[in-house]
Amino acid sequence: MKLNLLSVFLLISACSFGQNIIKGKVIDENNQGIPGVNVIVVGTSQGAVTDVEGAFTLADVAADAKLAFSFVGYISQIKPVGTQTNFNVKLEPDVKSLEEVVVIGYGTSSVKELSGSIARVSGKDLISRNPVRMDQALQGQVSGVQISTASASPGGAANIRIRGLGSNGNNNPLIVVDGIIYPVEGLNALNPSDIESINVLKDASASIYGVLAGNGVIIVTTKQGKRKDMPSIEFSGYVGMQETNKKLDLLNARQFAILKNEMFAAGGQTPPFNNPDLGKGTDWQDAIFQKSPMQNYNLTVTGGSDKSSYSIGGSYLSQIGIVGGDKASYKRYNFRVNFSTDITPKLKLQNILLYTNESRNALAEGGIGSVLYNTINASPAASPYKPDGTYTYLEEFHDIINPLAQIANTFNKATTNKLVGKEELNYKINDRFEVTARAGYSYAHVSSKDFYPLVYYGLNKAQNTTNNENLLPDSIDIGFGAKNKVLNQNSVVQAERTYFGYNLEMFLNYNQTFNKHAIKGTLGLTRAEDSGKGIAGKGYNVPYNSFEFADLSLTDRTSLQQKTYADPVAYSSRLQSVFIRGEYSYQAKYLFSALVRRDISSKFGPQFRVGYFPAFSGAWITSAEPFFKSKVIQFLKVRASYGVSGNDRIGIYDYRASLGGQGVYTFNNQLTNGVAIGKFGNPYLKWENNYQTNIGVDLTVLKGKVDITADFFVKKTTDLLFTPDISAIVGAYGPGVYPPTVNGGDVQNTGIELGITYTNQLTSDFSYNINLNATSIKNEVTKIPVEFLPGGQFGVGGGYATRMQVGHPIGSYFGLQTNGVYQSTQEIIDRGVSQEGAKPGDLRYVDQDGSKSINFGDNSDKTFLGSAIPAATIGLNAGANFKGFDFSISLYASIGNKLLRNYERQQPLANMLSYRIARWTGAGSTNENPRLSTGANDVAYHNNELSNYFIEDGSYLRIKNIQLGYSLPASIVKRIRAQKVRLYVAANNLATFTKYRGFDPDFNSSGPLDGGIDYGAYPQARIYMVGFNLNF
Amino acid sequence: MKTFITKSATVYFIILLLLSCDSFVDIKPDYALDAENYFNSPSDYDKALIGAYQLLHSSYLSLFIGEIASNNSISGGESVTDSQGLHQIDAMTHGGVNAELSSLFRYMYSGITRCNFIFEFKNRINFVGKDNVLAEAAFLRAYYYFELVKFFGDVPLVVDKRLPASEVPATPRTPVAVVYGQIEKDLQFAASILNWTNPVKGKVTKGAALALLGKAYLYQNKFDLAANTLDQIINQGGYSLFQDYATIFRVVNEGNSETVFDIEYGASPGGDFGCFVCTSGFIAVGFQGVRGYKGPTYSSGFSYNLPTKNLVDEFEANDPRLKGSVLDIEAFKTANPTVTYTIGLGGHTGYYNNKYIKRADEIGPNDNNLTSPVNHKVIRYADVLLMAAEAHNRKPSPNDAQAILYLNQVRSRVSVAMPSVNVTGSALTAAIYHERRVEFAGEGLHFFDLVRTGRAAAQITGFQTGKNELFPIPQAEIDLAGAGWKQNNGY
Repeated sequence: MKLNLLSVFLLISACSFGQNIIKGKVIDENNQGIPGVNVIVVGTSQGAVTDVEGAFTLADVAADAKLAFSFVGYISQIKPVGTQTNFNVKLEPDVKSLEEVVVIGYGTSSVKELSGSIARVSGKDLISRNPVRMDQALQGQVSGVQISTASASPGGAANIRIRGLGSNGNNNPLIVVDGIIYPVEGLNALNPSDIESINVLKDASASIYGVLAGNGVIIVTTKQGKRKDMPSIEFSGYVGMQETNKKLDLLNARQFAILKNEMFAAGGQTPPFNNPDLGKGTDWQDAIFQKSPMQNYNLTVTGGSDKSSYSIGGSYLSQIGIVGGDKASYKRYNFRVNFSTDITPKLKLQNILLYTNESRNALAEGGIGSVLYNTINASPAASPYKPDGTYTYLEEFHDIINPLAQIANTFNKATTNKLVGKEELNYKINDRFEVTARAGYSYAHVSSKDFYPLVYYGLNKAQNTTNNENLLPDSIDIGFGAKNKVLNQNSVVQAERTYFGYNLEMFLNYNQTFNKHAIKGTLGLTRAEDSGKGIAGKGYNVPYNSFEFADLSLTDRTSLQQKTYADPVAYSSRLQSVFIRGEYSYQAKYLFSALVRRDISSKFGPQFRVGYFPAFSGAWITSAEPFFKSKVIQFLKVRASYGVSGNDRIGIYDYRASLGGQGVYTFNNQLTNGVAIGKFGNPYLKWENNYQTNIGVDLTVLKGKVDITADFFVKKTTDLLFTPDISAIVGAYGPGVYPPTVNGGDVQNTGIELGITYTNQLTSDFSYNINLNATSIKNEVTKIPVEFLPGGQFGVGGGYATRMQVGHPIGSYFGLQTNGVYQSTQEIIDRGVSQEGAKPGDLRYVDQDGSKSINFGDNSDKTFLGSAIPAATIGLNAGANFKGFDFSISLYASIGNKLLRNYERQQPLANMLSYRIARWTGAGSTNENPRLSTGANDVAYHNNELSNYFIEDGSYLRIKNIQLGYSLPASIVKRIRAQKVRLYVAANNLATFTKYRGFDPDFNSSGPLDGGIDYGAYPQARIYMVGFNLNF
Repeated sequence: MKTFITKSATVYFIILLLLSCDSFVDIKPDYALDAENYFNSPSDYDKALIGAYQLLHSSYLSLFIGEIASNNSISGGESVTDSQGLHQIDAMTHGGVNAELSSLFRYMYSGITRCNFIFEFKNRINFVGKDNVLAEAAFLRAYYYFELVKFFGDVPLVVDKRLPASEVPATPRTPVAVVYGQIEKDLQFAASILNWTNPVKGKVTKGAALALLGKAYLYQNKFDLAANTLDQIINQGGYSLFQDYATIFRVVNEGNSETVFDIEYGASPGGDFGCFVCTSGFIAVGFQGVRGYKGPTYSSGFSYNLPTKNLVDEFEANDPRLKGSVLDIEAFKTANPTVTYTIGLGGHTGYYNNKYIKRADEIGPNDNNLTSPVNHKVIRYADVLLMAAEAHNRKPSPNDAQAILYLNQVRSRVSVAMPSVNVTGSALTAAIYHERRVEFAGEGLHFFDLVRTGRAAAQITGFQTGKNELFPIPQAEIDLAGAGWKQNNGY
């Protein structure tokens, strides 16, 4: 504004002196005058601003001067004055944001032309977070895409959920890398540094992928070289130190002894600790958690000649676990070639090859018996080691073993060699037609080995592989002839599996613009196959009881008692699709698109194999209308779309009645194999259907500094494929027998998404940007064929914790509701509701059904207690550059997700969290925590029932990444013949703000029904890193 | 140029048409047999029959419940919420949601379906020995239905076909008499085909079929038929009582002369907590073992199904069967000072089931607590004798002399040698009932004996007449069927 006033002032003063007047008009791409364009005489403070017609006048301009025309959203132009006095300048729109290429599947579009909801993330934004996996970096980057961690151990996976949980089955999106269908299960193999951009198809625009697209589509483009570009080398890397971001607040030995004594005394039993003054005792978490290193290096060479271009890269990543060290570690080597060449001027060949070698060692995690579960529950009064240095047995438990011994005796390794690539021919027939033929493939070989040494964890531990301390193989003749002589030996299970998938595609693109019409068309066909084969074997008596010698080749395979077993796997599925898409725009203001795809798949029952998936979308660029005059809004587009897509991610032969049931019996003292129906068949089985409506608006305001995108969607998924309980009389329950999979339920996700990007260049030295995105999704089950589908378990045999039930989100917790703690016997009597075994200090449960009694034996008093689905997730990413310094920060928040505290082994001698100190001890002591008792002398002890007492708010705010970099000044950089030298320090997961008591609130097992049940999930590491980027 | 475009387009569309042939997706599953294309060779029938046998391995449920529901034992275990369903049955507070009852209901129908699968395809091929396959399948079906009527009364009767899910809503609960009719028919057929002995250990025999038939008659108070059927076994079966009562249940004595119907268990493969019915070992044995036990003779277990003092008191003084049936752990500890054990929080009586108990020389592979090679002795010859005694005593025209003869045979077993009983009429009936309780203590028969003889209410605390004779149909099954099944009375 200041500048404008100044210009006006100058203009007036120029007029008054009246010399050498220059006039002109600035027009846009539609030949309309642009008001408010700055016209500056370069190198001076002299200038003007165009009026509403786009006209300007300047006086007293020297002939050798140059005029600069600039306007937000347009490319600036500089023109020499010379003798010219009348300037008619046409400004071209700035392609930077609105013209950004968006990959839409079998074609491209631009941000401006888009009528669907597609989000775009640049590879640069991903890499700034130093992720191991692509999805880790996607968290909080774009609205509508929610990422949660399934396992934070090295090499562990994350869950990508586009627009909520649409299925009670597999919710993984389709991932397409350079046109190749990339198996989402193997996403670890993809090096984030190789990614140029990611496009997420969130709405009906995904329907171009038909039956594959129900969970959304992520299109990844890898880095390519440019024609006629000098080779440039980029070398980057970092080393990091990881540590746990949290330890649980557990009881120390003294607190433990006091509380346990109280607990046993209350149960009428002998208190276990004569002298509770045991000091701090063992901090099992200190014993388990360690600081571990990680490192990553990337090298890329990019360039191009006249007729070809290339991008070649390699990388190495290594991460050691914060629990278990080398026993939970991950290593990855990537090698990549992206080569493109013009065979003839019209025929282009693109070759992509992505090779990955990865290996992972993993500990038992995320369940009863996992290392952290044992760590949490181990007695602090017990020491980890015996005086002779061997591991203690923790014999006060049947099922908790010494977690250090567990780590020491865990031996496994999985190595994957993977090749993903394509050959693509593109023939440009003429200006309008282009045909592309592509063969993409993905091949993976996974070798895994699990060694089970002879191990003794203590008397009667279920995890023992021998029943004696000396680790001698048990060889006990149980007496009756050949009847199953028992021989415990160590063993190794080895598996070799091969996965192969390919897609053959051919499509024709048509593109024509005439007058005010622009037409695009796409017609294509694809064939895809996905297959796997493998075999596993088990061998006994590994030499020296050592992992080093654990290989089938060295084991006993002649033992009659325990034969090696084979576990062959073979499957394949095929999909054939035809699709057509038309796009039309009028005056570049009115945009329409329509498509339909036909899929036929071998996965479905013979009655339903073919599906048609149509989609329509339209958009109106309101700001391009002549009547639209706003100084605030530079760009406004409203969009709407509707489309159908499908989800085919189910068991491949689920429509068949298999003979895979277990059918064995002992005849003549020998186990005899028979046959039984396994999974029951359903010839009517078909895909899940997704019907999605999307309404959105794109806005650019404040002179192009702020881009806003907002979307509202309703995504209804019908025909959910699941295997509900069916009547027992059908006979579908037994060893290895399962009810048929049927199509029967509906889920609706309704959501709003908001993305705001603010970019500002304050001075030539200082710029900053802020990206805020928020997603709020309401998930609701609208139909299922039974009252509810039960989900995960609570405790050990404690019944179902979650449900899928109409009117509630998928995976809702259902249990008893507490209403304080009984303070007195009088209160129990006065209440008028009978609660079995209730004593003062017991949790007071709500009588939901008004039956005047709390029913523990059935579901009548259970109620909805929340779900693991957050009410909202918010990502905030900000960056600033000042001179050579750059700074970035990413925050992520999840609000309203509930987690179930399921890592407490409710056993008399298991350790507890310190909140138990605030237990009920007498009338008025607390209305929150129940009394402690073993319950041995109670009629019934119901304080460990699944109730809201065990369900916690998992909301959190996390500083995902913070980074400060410094680029050396050009003078120094040139001296070492580099283009850029940047050094940085960074931290991931620096701080987490949450009330959740468990290790990590960013946790979600991949099951949609039991996602929030926390067995002591491996926490995400806090990582401190130093790194560098070198460009030559 | 135009022609070039036309040509290219033509070529493109030809390729498209060629490729769009849908036969691309007509692939067969790799190496898989279907339920519909099975039964192509005699061995296919044999294998399907093995599958039908497997559901016998759910017998830990009826053993547990048959004892725990009665006054013979308490539930026990780690805690009061460990196998909560059993604790509820122990306290007679069980309702429509009960994991153990639900499992039992499901497994029995799974077994029935595996039998019906064979009958559905019985005419697919003909071969020598098919009759035997069908006879064994008929026996198994009868056994599974008998379990169901014992527990639940009226149950839907499905025979000779796999029931499509679509027909469930139109499948009512069949009156118990009709189900018994099918049981009798199946067992009569099985008995007519099967031989008294089978060289394959574990296969059912004519004796097993007749004994189960006799039992089914007895449960229906058809005493004449029961007496006739059971007499047939006694006179023709060639069975005799095993001498040493204390070791009848041991693995080393399997297949002895007293064995009429055993459910065969083997130690391998090992089992896990995920699926009890999948293990080939007898779950009950480890579960009934002494908790945290260290010492000679026995091995540790989970302290389930603990005998009560009430049961111990039932034994006459000096009846050696007490020691064979019940382990008094403290007495044993006194005799063996090295013994240590722990007490489960689910309850403690000081007694353990000494028939089905984890012993040091009968351990299984890991998890040893879940596997045991000990057979479940479902019908012993002693049972045949006592059932026959009861039938003769209670039939419309009693033959007490015959009944006394049978009863005293049991009492005079070499290792038992209890004094003869010589009473008649209702005193004899009472003597037979007493004899059944002590002879079969810990074998899962007592609850059903109490119920069928109308003595349950007097013996079991919390037992409500008119309600607890039957267990509730699992509520989930009523809901899932959607066939308007009425819940059993009182639940």
